[in-house]
Amino acid sequence: MPEKRQFENAVRVEDIEKYFGHVAALKGVSFEVGAKEVVGLVGDNGAGKSTLIKIITGVFPPTKGELYIRDKKVSLKDYNVRQAYKFGIETVYQDKSLGEKQALWRNFFIGRQITNRLGFIKVRKEKEIAQKIMLDMIGFRGAGITVESKANKLSGGERQGIAIGRAMYFDADLIVLDEPTVALSLKEVQKVLSFVKRAKEQGKSCIFITHNIYHVYPVADRFVILDRGEVVATIKKGEVTLKELNEFLLKYAQEK
Amino acid sequence: MKRIKPIITGVAEIEGLPIIVVYLVLMGIFLLTAPRVFTGYRIYMSFLQTVPPPLILALGLTLVIAAGEIDLSFSAIIAFSGFVFSFIFRTLGTPWLALILALGAGALVGFINGLLVAKVGVPSIMATLAAQFFWNGLTILLCGGLSWNIKEIKSHFIHTLFVGRIGGIVPAQSLWAVAVAVFLWFILNRHKFGEHILFIGDNVDVARVMGVNVTATKIKLFTFMGLISAFAGVLLTLEMINFWTTQGAGFLLPSLASVFIGGTSIAGGSGSIVGSFFGAYIVGSLEAGVVATGIGGYWTRLTTGFVMAASVVLNIILGEAKEKGLGEKLKKSVFLKGVFEGKP
Repeated sequence: MPEKRQFENAVRVEDIEKYFGHVAALKGVSFEVGAKEVVGLVGDNGAGKSTLIKIITGVFPPTKGELYIRDKKVSLKDYNVRQAYKFGIETVYQDKSLGEKQALWRNFFIGRQITNRLGFIKVRKEKEIAQKIMLDMIGFRGAGITVESKANKLSGGERQGIAIGRAMYFDADLIVLDEPTVALSLKEVQKVLSFVKRAKEQGKSCIFITHNIYHVYPVADRFVILDRGEVVATIKKGEVTLKELNEFLLKYAQEK
Repeated sequence: MKRIKPIITGVAEIEGLPIIVVYLVLMGIFLLTAPRVFTGYRIYMSFLQTVPPPLILALGLTLVIAAGEIDLSFSAIIAFSGFVFSFIFRTLGTPWLALILALGAGALVGFINGLLVAKVGVPSIMATLAAQFFWNGLTILLCGGLSWNIKEIKSHFIHTLFVGRIGGIVPAQSLWAVAVAVFLWFILNRHKFGEHILFIGDNVDVARVMGVNVTATKIKLFTFMGLISAFAGVLLTLEMINFWTTQGAGFLLPSLASVFIGGTSIAGGSGSIVGSFFGAYIVGSLEAGVVATGIGGYWTRLTTGFVMAASVVLNIILGEAKEKGLGEKLKKSVFLKGVFEGKP
C-alpha cells in the first residue's frame, strides 16, 4: 500500500520532452493535477496523450523535463512502474491492462505479487483478496466468473471493471485512465464514468484520457488539450459549455 | 452428449492429463504389439537412462516457449558444456570443479543469448540459431574435432550421484529429471519469475506497464536455459563416459517436439511442465517401441510425426471443449448488472 500524504498537486510535469529517435512526441509539456481533481486530457490520435501518461506512470523516462509527484521532485533515473505504484499512481489502460490467457487472480497482482521470502507466490492469499475485490469493490456477483477465469472470457466492460477494481484496491492517490471508454457500449461507458465520480468522492485525483469530449465532460473539473505534442489549452469546466469545447476541438482537428 | 461434455471439461482441467493418457495408450499398444520386449523391465530402464537429457531440455524449453521465445542453441550447449566438463576433468582431475565450470559455461552462453534477445532486440530464433552454430563451431575448434573418453570418471562419486544405478537397476538421472520437473513446475506456476514469464509470453506490453522488468526477466530466462542445458550435457557426458562434438545435435528437434506434444503452445503465455515431461517420454519411447514392434526402424520418424500431430490436435480439441464449458456458464451470468454499483 502507498503511504498517505497531504499534497497540493497529485502530479505535476514541467517542460517534458520526449523523442523517439528524431520524432518528437512531446515538445515541452507542462501541466498538473491537483488533489481531488479530475483532469480530462483530450487530444486527437497522435497528440502525445499516451506518451505523456507512460512517462507519468514510469513506463519510460522523458528525454527532458521534470516530474513532481505529491509536490516532490522525482528522480527520473530511478523512476519506474513499481516506483509509481509506491507513489500511489494506478493506471487503467484501454487494452493493455490484463494478460489474456492468465487467471484473474494473477492479473490482480502481476508486478507486485504477495510472495514469501523466496519469491514464491502466496496463491491462497492472492485468490482470497482477488475474490474480495471482485465481490465487494466491483460487484461481480453470482456470475460464473471466478478468480480462476481467464481474462479472455471477459467483455470489454468487465475487463475495465477488473482493472479499475485493482486500482481501487491498491488505494491510489492518482488514477490514470487511458482511453477507458474506447470500444465500450453506452451502458458500460456510464459505469466507467460513475466509477470516476466515486473515486473523486473518495478524494482521489484522476487523469481521464480520451479523444471523445462527450465522455469526459460530465466528470472532469478541467480539460487539458494536447495537440501534436503541445498543450494548446487548459480550460476550467465552468468557463465553457460542452458545445464550445467541442467547436474548439473541431477547429484544431480541421487545421491539420 | 451432454453427459460427456463435463467429463471432457474436467479432464482438460488437470494439467497434462490428456498427454498422460496418450502415453499410456502408446505403452498399451507396444505391450500388445511387442509383448516380449514390453513386459520385461529392461526396456523401461533403458528409457529411464536415455530420456532424461532431452527431457530436462524440454522442461527448460517449456519456460522459454511460455515466454513467447525460442531457444535453438541448447544442442550446442550440450556439446560445449560436455567439452568444458571433460577438458577440466582430463587436465585437472577435479570432477566437481569440472561440473561447476560446465554449468557456468552453459549459463554464460545463455546469458549472451539473453543479452542479444532482450537488450539488442534480436528475435530469439535468429540469436539462438547463430549461437548454435557459433558455440558448436567453437567446441569443434577447441577440441580439434576429437572425441574424448573419460572412463576414469566412473570411479568418482559424481558419476554415482548423477548417473549411477539405484539398487543396481534404476538410473539416477531419471530421478534428477523428476526433481528438475518438480522444481520447474513450482517456478512456472507458483513463483514470481514464472508469472512474469507467463505475462511476457501472453502480452509483453501488458507485462511492461504492469511493472514486470521484461529485459531482466528474459535475460534470466535464457541464462537459466543455458544452465539447464549444461546440466543435461553433463548428464549425457557422464552416462556415455565420453565427450564428442556432435553430442546433443540429435536432441534439438525431439526436445522441441516433446514440448509441443505436451500441449505447450508456440503462441506463449502458457506452458505445461507435466505435458513436456510425458511428451519427452513419448518421443523417447517411440523409436525403441516401433523397432520392437517389428515393423522396422524406417517407421520411427513417421510415427513420431503422427503422434505429434495427433497430440497437438487433441490438445486443441480439448482446449475448445474447455472454452465451451466456460462459455455456457458465461451465458447465464448476470453480473454486469452489478458492476460498479453506486450512483449512475
